[in-house]
Amino acid sequence: MRDLSWIFISTMLVNNFTLVMFLGLCSFFGVTGKVETAWRLGLANTFVLVLTAVSVWVLNTFVLAQTPYLRTIAFIVVIASVVQIVEMAVKKYLPVLFRQLGIYLPLITTNCAILGLALFQTSRGYTFVEGLVFALGAGLGLTVALSLMASIRERTELSDVPAVARRMGLVLVIASCLSMAFMGFAGMGTAG
Amino acid sequence: MTSVPVAEAAPAPGAQEFIPGAPPPASAIADIWRGIGRENPVLVQLLGMCPTMAVTNVLANGLAMGLATTFVLVGSGLFVSLFRKYIANEVRITSYILIIATFVTLADMLLAATFPDIRKALGPFIPLIVANCLLLGRAEAFAAKVPVKRAVADGLGMGLGFTLSLSMLSTIREVLGKGSILGHPLFGPRFEPWVFMMLPPGGFLALGIALLGVAYVGELRKRRARRAPVAGRVAA
Repeated sequence: MRDLSWIFISTMLVNNFTLVMFLGLCSFFGVTGKVETAWRLGLANTFVLVLTAVSVWVLNTFVLAQTPYLRTIAFIVVIASVVQIVEMAVKKYLPVLFRQLGIYLPLITTNCAILGLALFQTSRGYTFVEGLVFALGAGLGLTVALSLMASIRERTELSDVPAVARRMGLVLVIASCLSMAFMGFAGMGTAG
Repeated sequence: MTSVPVAEAAPAPGAQEFIPGAPPPASAIADIWRGIGRENPVLVQLLGMCPTMAVTNVLANGLAMGLATTFVLVGSGLFVSLFRKYIANEVRITSYILIIATFVTLADMLLAATFPDIRKALGPFIPLIVANCLLLGRAEAFAAKVPVKRAVADGLGMGLGFTLSLSMLSTIREVLGKGSILGHPLFGPRFEPWVFMMLPPGGFLALGIALLGVAYVGELRKRRARRAPVAGRVAA
């Protein structure tokens, strides 16, 4: 039990996928203009992550045990199909969100966080339940990072920054500060 | 023939004067230079950020990552361009991803055979080249529309531009964070390394400062261009 909660906390905060492990940066910089869109994309990502964790577990256990060199190709094909399914579901049931996310919804396929999850899950040899908890922690961590970044950027929108910093430069420096804050979680859990 | 893909509707954040849809009427040599300079994937287009920051803590890793990505870019450019007339429009993204994934697997095996230490240090970031937006972006926006020669030249240029930016960032981070280059110590034993630069926030900061520098140079150029004709008129 302790192991499961440890995996969850560690993935969500200590080794936050975006701010500490540098996974999923495209959407982190691309979609964090507005808080509303940001946390919704985070939740969409969480959903895809959980589905991916399940399919990767199935692949690893029943299909890829004998052919490890096919891993990368198999994973990416499965992820692409999962994203396709989610995209169709969102388009049908949440058309507003579909319009807000635009290009970033299909781009979840090339979101490194998803493939990264599959690869880490494989290399750490997580069981089915551990994989699920890992995916949930990663997804929520991603949502937290996206929302934090978006709320800071909403504020800088109205402030008077030098012309040079108006593009991505400022955003990266903000990301650096956020990442520094998350470094504060390092070492958490090692004592218990 | 080809309908306008969705991917072209949204240019990369921060892209300047960059129209992905139109293949510019240029030669193969110009294609190579374009990737290194004006359309540099990291510093101008901001593509492929994850590997850019994750592996650039020491120069050796940055170089290896850049070269592996160049290999995949050239290979996938070649094949996407070769088969551009046979790939149906509906399945093109999947086909491109499969081509890219094949070359990534090849690169992974090559690295494992030649530099196992570096491959270990890069860990899952070699297979993660598949998810680098730069590769799919170039396949979709360029390689699928031009003859083989230009696609390969573009892959080479983009790859070299990527490698150069990665080497630059990792040099800054290694020198400041470890006081060494490629593992050779630069300063005396009294040097206190700035460990911050080796940690994740240092990656964000280094790239942030590099981008601020690029923006500053752009701003200077714009200002000079604005001032030049006025000065000319006064002199006349």
